[in-house]
Amino acid sequence: MIISIASGKGGTGKTTVATNLAVALGNDVQLLDCDVEEPNAHLFLHPILTATDTVTTPVPVVDEDKCTFCGQCGEICAFKAIVVVGETVLPFHELCHSCGGCMAVCPVEAITETGRELGVIESGHSHGVDFVHGRLRIGEAMSPPLIKAVRARTRPDGLTIIDAPPGTSCPVIAAMKGTDFVLLVTEPTPFGLHDLKLAVGAVRALGLPCGLVVNRADIGDDAVANYARQEGVPILMEIPFDRRIAEAYSRGELVVTALPEWKPKFVKLFEAIAAIVRHTGAKSE
Amino acid sequence: MKELIIISGKGGTGKTSLVAAFAALAENKVLCDADVDAADLHLIMNPEVRERHDFVSGRTALVDPERCTACGTCREMCRFDAIDEDFRVNPIDCEGCGVCVHFCPEKAIDFPLNTCGEWYLSDTRFGPMVHAQLHIAEENSGKLVSLVRKEARQLAEKKGLTLLLTDGPPGVGCPVIAAIGGASAVLIVTEPTVSGRHDMQRVVQLADHFKVRPMLCINKADLNPAASDEIAAYARDRGMAFLGTVPFDPVFTHAMVNGQTVVEYAPEAAATRAVAAIWEALKAMM
Repeated sequence: MIISIASGKGGTGKTTVATNLAVALGNDVQLLDCDVEEPNAHLFLHPILTATDTVTTPVPVVDEDKCTFCGQCGEICAFKAIVVVGETVLPFHELCHSCGGCMAVCPVEAITETGRELGVIESGHSHGVDFVHGRLRIGEAMSPPLIKAVRARTRPDGLTIIDAPPGTSCPVIAAMKGTDFVLLVTEPTPFGLHDLKLAVGAVRALGLPCGLVVNRADIGDDAVANYARQEGVPILMEIPFDRRIAEAYSRGELVVTALPEWKPKFVKLFEAIAAIVRHTGAKSE
Repeated sequence: MKELIIISGKGGTGKTSLVAAFAALAENKVLCDADVDAADLHLIMNPEVRERHDFVSGRTALVDPERCTACGTCREMCRFDAIDEDFRVNPIDCEGCGVCVHFCPEKAIDFPLNTCGEWYLSDTRFGPMVHAQLHIAEENSGKLVSLVRKEARQLAEKKGLTLLLTDGPPGVGCPVIAAIGGASAVLIVTEPTVSGRHDMQRVVQLADHFKVRPMLCINKADLNPAASDEIAAYARDRGMAFLGTVPFDPVFTHAMVNGQTVVEYAPEAAATRAVAAIWEALKAMM
């Protein structure tokens, strides 16, 4: 089973829920941190990293001895990532989406591919959790291919928990797509509600079952709870604002370690998700 | 004209609440919400929309079943697995590269433009505002960020205003890169947590990469005073301007629930005074 944890709004507690859920369930859980722009799960799990792999995406290299400067590569490229100017071909690797169109269209096979570094995937273990995260290279604009590379590390069986990036655009879709359940984490504020509505829209566009964790449940108003009821999104857990939780978080401590009474609550959260997934039928198994 | 962009790396550090407060304090400005993926500034600014425009960017392949002979060329050539066994394109997976369109021997694939969002020119009680909303599950957020920044600049020029006050997106990827390039000043709002610090350092590296020197302030500083001091020391060591701290205060949430800035909701609160002090420091830096 694959559970993705997403939010719309950033800073609502996705990583807190993902890491505590993974550790509360103990052995044989895999956690994939797919927030590759700003991965944070390792700051709470403190994993022993055992492997680092560089991830690249193919980009064109032009052999100017073979090139006839016909300009077809520049015409097919939808991203202005390769331009022919007179007797020069200029590939702009940072704009390239790796579609392979220029290489396929070149009539004289003057184009081959090299790799642009997207970032790294690091993996290891912590608290019995099998840990994998991606770190986008600073200056790299495209996170979805790296997120897909992290997703490719999903184990064939057992439980996988995915910490997704914030927002509702392509990076989040890459992290949520094809998972069995999306756990949305929000806070009961106007910003939290607004972004939750967008996130629910994204989850529904993918046709996935979802449920809600309301974090800092007592700080704002009732609008999130009312919305959840109207939309039929079950609230599976509420975490009150507790300065002890906020301070433990600030130091990089897990809630289930700092306040052990939370461990059974996260186990219950998982049981509630598992019941919904059993009911709707797991897609990934 | 000055353009100040406020970013954070990590989400939820209070970026938008600070931008809203600055909006109440600043003069002669255009507000710009460049967090187009999950825009929130309008929830406090309550803008009256004057102009609404479609954001059209990129294309999506569309196979015409009448013309398709199911030869399989498109599926073979698509690197994004966006075409299923029945030769239907999944628009969420389609990258818009047009390789299938070009190589289809029957010319059976259309390639219409995408409307992937909307952008708005609005009026608020604090002056004009340019904002946008990317449609759900869409791409090209970086291009929409560039567009709202450009429109905000044009509006400021037209109205003779001297400051662009821009709420930026979280992260370090495409929208953030589009938000900070060419800005005259970047302020990072962080928080004294392990993740706030980690994400701030990555966004500082990004600013370095694009030769922008960011300034720094810390929100919710009293949640972990020792971590807050370490972040301030980090800023000084790197030669970044450190503009101050704001204490954790529920007035930010209460003001938001009321659709107000903290300057309006609680002008005398310690947190509001701290924000005002940071604004004064910012003005001096710019």
